[in-house]
Amino acid sequence: MEVRVEGLVKRYGRVLALAGVNHVFPSGALTAVVGPSGCGKTTLLRVLAGFVQPEEGRVWMDGRDVTGVPPQARRCALVFQNYALWPHMTVFDNVAFGLRLQRLPASEVERRVRETLALVELDRVPGIERRRPKELSGGQQQRVALARALAVRPGLLLLDEPLSNLDAKVRQRVRGEIRTLQRRTGITTVYVTHDQEEALSIADDLVVMDGGRIVQSGRPEEVYAHPEDPFVAEFLGSTNVLNGTVGPDGRILPSSEGRLLFRAEDTAVWPAGQSLPPDYAWAPAEVVDCLFLGHVYRAYVRLGDTVVLADTKARVGPGQVVVAVPRDRLLIFSGSEPAARR
Amino acid sequence: MRSPSPSLLGLVGRAALGALVLVAVVGPLLSLGLWSVAERWHWPAPFPQQVGMKYWSRMLQGDPLRALTRGVTIASVTTVLALAMAVPVAYLAARRRLPAGPLALALFILPQAFPQLPVFASATVLFYRWNLAGTVPGVVLIHLVGGLVYAVWTLTAAFRSIGPELEEAAQNLGASTTRTFFRVTLPLAMPGVVASAILVFLHSLDEFNGTLLVGAPYVTTLPVYMYTASLGYELQIASVTALVLMVPGVVLLLLLERFLRAEYLAFFGHL
Repeated sequence: MEVRVEGLVKRYGRVLALAGVNHVFPSGALTAVVGPSGCGKTTLLRVLAGFVQPEEGRVWMDGRDVTGVPPQARRCALVFQNYALWPHMTVFDNVAFGLRLQRLPASEVERRVRETLALVELDRVPGIERRRPKELSGGQQQRVALARALAVRPGLLLLDEPLSNLDAKVRQRVRGEIRTLQRRTGITTVYVTHDQEEALSIADDLVVMDGGRIVQSGRPEEVYAHPEDPFVAEFLGSTNVLNGTVGPDGRILPSSEGRLLFRAEDTAVWPAGQSLPPDYAWAPAEVVDCLFLGHVYRAYVRLGDTVVLADTKARVGPGQVVVAVPRDRLLIFSGSEPAARR
Repeated sequence: MRSPSPSLLGLVGRAALGALVLVAVVGPLLSLGLWSVAERWHWPAPFPQQVGMKYWSRMLQGDPLRALTRGVTIASVTTVLALAMAVPVAYLAARRRLPAGPLALALFILPQAFPQLPVFASATVLFYRWNLAGTVPGVVLIHLVGGLVYAVWTLTAAFRSIGPELEEAAQNLGASTTRTFFRVTLPLAMPGVVASAILVFLHSLDEFNGTLLVGAPYVTTLPVYMYTASLGYELQIASVTALVLMVPGVVLLLLLERFLRAEYLAFFGHL
């Protein structure tokens, strides 16, 4: 199902939750909507589900205007952040709820529930369909919530921060499973998260939101490598921000005229006095600390009055160094206003 | 190593508490029990001169039993009516969809804010005009005044403790508002519904002021019967009635403990 939104506006009191949102969610793709809390991503999701009526703008699903259509008639299945499983029903009854509403015969309901439980790999837990949500682990509850949504074979699957209530290890695994499941079923999916790493790793199509607007969208690799906006550059990855410009000899000079953004993984730390290749921007600096992260070392380097991060293969000791960034990895923006555009 | 020895002060405190419980709870109960079996007890004898079950057997056949069944009937009707009215009001209040929400809720606590006797007395005057005085419907109405307060407030708290996303999840899968309410909201609110039913039932069963004013002399419930009995110096009958009246109270209060959650009470009185 192709979903298109046009000029969505929604206010909560004085807060502009959606300030004119336009986007096409491609059919069969997983679109991740990412942004800091309060950026409007959850409101956008609730507009798609039909729980929030936009003040302006339209929602189209497969070319049909569904703006005024109630949530019951939208064929959108929403997985809630806290799962919203019904505690008074068994796992079976939770998953069967939507199917029974469609007045399917009992045997068909049973078949579809088992099929969906197998799809989310809950069929390996014997007798789980007779248990109640409270008796399940967080990861299992998450799967039941997914199964309940998928059982009705929705045209659009909406996921609201689906991993935020799981611990780190489980989160990694379930993330991969959601990705696989989406590929296998081909259901158009909108995945809302505040975690940029999660969004980058899972998305076919990435939407970055801030202040009720879509700041940038596109393939995740594209958005990550070519941020069009200081906010996007800062929000994705571990990004350093320096007020400065690059001189003719490649030296970074402090200045209030411009802002330089570069990622920790693009930042090299060289011993002081080494001759510098021409295609680098550089500056003398001082290592304050160096942390071992497992796959890299992260150096904290003082450059003027700013501390920048640099990921290095080996530990760099405290002392005078040169920080260098390849010119083509350096994002230069004019002006020094704060990144967030509100 | 020193083993902790109970301090003298603690022991004295515990003994004092025990004595207090004995005087305040066990004492009156024992006295009621004694009076209920005393067939002859003249001053200054410390114990009844003649003990027997005469008054208990009288209780179980005559007027007191009728008063008890009538009280139970009135309490049942009051409970059903109070819940039927309070469930929709409380649900709308909990979801903040009640027109003039806090004000409407305050309306339900207002009768409790004023001294009861004048409220009931003026209600009685009205009831006489409407031919409701001395009738069962009249007594039910007067019991609803207090009963609705318990029902609305407990139920509002019960509904408010149910996350709206549980309802949204049902609507999201295609359930209508009505179906969502009966399949999701109401089952989840059941402990609150049971708790408020118990509160309303007990209130009605034990209500005295309004029942006497509106119901007398034709509608006699157990508390009113007890009052008339003790006025006639039939202390034995009054004691038997009091003991009988305690049974549903104790049983239902024990049940209530299972259903009434702390969060329901914490909400009481918040607009």
